[in-house]
Amino acid sequence: MKQSTREEEWAAWLRLAIKGDAQAYNRFLVAVTPQLRRMARRRCDQFGAPASEAEDVVQEVLLAIHLKRGTWDPSRPLGPWLTTIVRNKLVDSLRRRGRHVNVPIEDVADFLEAGDETHEAADRLDTETMLARLRDPQRDIVRSISIEGHGIRETAARLKMTEVAVRVALHRALKSLAALYRSE
Amino acid sequence: MKTDDLITLMTHDAPVGMRYGRALTLALGAGIVVSTVLLVVTVGLRHNMVSVFETTRVLFKIVVTLMLAVLAARLAMRIGRPGAVTRFPALLLGVPLVMVATAVVTELSVLPDNAWRANLVGQNALFCLFFVPVLSLAPFAGLFWALKKGAPRNPAAAGAAAGLAAGAIAAAIYAWHCPDDSPLFLATWYTIAIAGVTSVGALLGRRWLRW
Repeated sequence: MKQSTREEEWAAWLRLAIKGDAQAYNRFLVAVTPQLRRMARRRCDQFGAPASEAEDVVQEVLLAIHLKRGTWDPSRPLGPWLTTIVRNKLVDSLRRRGRHVNVPIEDVADFLEAGDETHEAADRLDTETMLARLRDPQRDIVRSISIEGHGIRETAARLKMTEVAVRVALHRALKSLAALYRSE
Repeated sequence: MKTDDLITLMTHDAPVGMRYGRALTLALGAGIVVSTVLLVVTVGLRHNMVSVFETTRVLFKIVVTLMLAVLAARLAMRIGRPGAVTRFPALLLGVPLVMVATAVVTELSVLPDNAWRANLVGQNALFCLFFVPVLSLAPFAGLFWALKKGAPRNPAAAGAAAGLAAGAIAAAIYAWHCPDDSPLFLATWYTIAIAGVTSVGALLGRRWLRW
């Protein structure tokens, strides 16, 4: 299978990200999201589901990519891994929302190629509801980093925790968020 | 939560703690070592292992269980990786199956009718049914721990693959103690023990390996 330029670029970013390069990871996530959104919207439109639901699906797929990125073997092409994980989660997420779908693989494969859908719709699970369901240090850390825009170090200083503890709690928080979606 | 906020969170969690491949290798290695030690310190290797090693039946038992263990472990290592090929590794499991079937037919044609029963029941059938699952505990726990980090499309199938691998590894280890060498024994009791572990794997996988 011929690898597209985009795929190679994404693979390079994710390779760096796995080694801890946050900037490269951010580029990867920002590049992938509009494609996920386009696919999720198309599916949700089919069922007449609102765009906010599509946004929830996008977040769920992003969390799956994030939590399972260790299963990608960086010596292999990114395309098959990414399309499989996206498709599996997309089907799973839509099914849980009562939308029985069959997402053809070609549909997912072309997301490495196609144009963008950039604007974000409002999500349904608002931040406060979500935060309320997280446990204590996790909630403060999520609030500090995502809403108030602090880094790991600042967050650690403000909460009087070590940076390692903040990192561990952040990772757990993301796991909890994924679990929250699964139980929705 | 806004998607941009979620991306910010994930960006701050960029490095991967332990890569999936390493987790699998670690889990399998530890599981095999623990179970081997368990066999050696409890029931021990067969006392006359060296002298019986050349006999075809013993050699067959060792080779076929080892082969199943390797093939099943290979499948279990792939099944949690999105986009990895699993069909061919799954089909390869048919090879040891055919080998056992052939050995059974050969055994039946070589042995007189009145010796079938004794060879089938052997000396240690119940112990085999008990000890193979015991030996499978460590590789089973290890594989489940590693697969938890994986992303299998079908959690029950992934659990079954882990159970099959753990059962086959246990059988390959137990074969170094087992005094029953007839393929009839192997095809019956080993199969029941491994199938049991596989079923438990499928049941637990359905609950634990969802992601």
